Amino acid sequence: MSIGRRMSDRPFDKERVLPLLDQGFRKMVPYNDALGLTAIDCAPGMCVLKLPWAEHLVGNSETGVLHGGVITSLLDACGGASVFLALPSPIPIATLDLRIDYLKMASPRRDVIARTECYKLGRNVAFVRGVAYHDTPDDPIASCAATFMLSTKGKPVVTRGGS
Amino acid sequence: MSSLRDILEAARRTGDWRPMTEAVPYARWMGVSLEPQGGEMICHLPFQPMLVGNSTIPALHGGTVGGLLESAAVFQLLYAAESIVLPKIINVTVDYLRSARAVDTYATGVITKQGRRVISVRAIAWQEDRNRPVAAANAHFLVDPGD
Repeated sequence: MSIGRRMSDRPFDKERVLPLLDQGFRKMVPYNDALGLTAIDCAPGMCVLKLPWAEHLVGNSETGVLHGGVITSLLDACGGASVFLALPSPIPIATLDLRIDYLKMASPRRDVIARTECYKLGRNVAFVRGVAYHDTPDDPIASCAATFMLSTKGKPVVTRGGS
Repeated sequence: MSSLRDILEAARRTGDWRPMTEAVPYARWMGVSLEPQGGEMICHLPFQPMLVGNSTIPALHGGTVGGLLESAAVFQLLYAAESIVLPKIINVTVDYLRSARAVDTYATGVITKQGRRVISVRAIAWQEDRNRPVAAANAHFLVDPGD
């Protein structure tokens, strides 16, 4: 994976960053907490989140399949986190646009994983792509492409700690 | 328990859409209520603290607004499509136009194309001023009137 701007010179320490990300993005982002999202893996510019299946997040009570809006929220949250993981230092960001293709029906009563990467970090805009899946990213439920504006209003919602 | 199709048929007949939101657990959890006005189905999302994305502004989560727009597109289709259909979403593109603040949000959709297999819906979301939307979306749905 290549990223346009150089990231922090410090080597990426997953053992340190992952717990900070997991706690920070729920504490600072109430909706991530409400959905029960957890960060399960990360790397520079890459994030993996888990959304636990829950009855109240279902779109069709006859099938028990999660609502599309829940998948949208998961991919948006994961995309934003992958931008933070690409940035040399935390700055506020905001979603500019988000496209989601629903590739196949999610299975009823199953957790969903999202994996997104920030594949280009510009001066003003960050570009993200990713997938949502149950077992493997090679068999996705949905794919997404998103852009995020950098240095928007407010304070960053996630810090990488230390620097 | 009545099937979704029965609930939808009853709502279109009586104009009481509450049972429809009750049948969609995510819409109920978000607190969305449906307010049909003329040919438009207005989705009302009352503010609640859990909907916030960036708590330093505070602004609503992109997923909150995206989910509302997707719901608005679906409910417009259920409300106004020529026949009773249960849509299956193909894709959605959301443009975030302004920061959505910690207040009530509204959304509605317009059917831009009704084909035999695909229905396209354009949706907008706004807060105090409908002429200043906070976000807009375009969604495509597969429909099978025969199912």
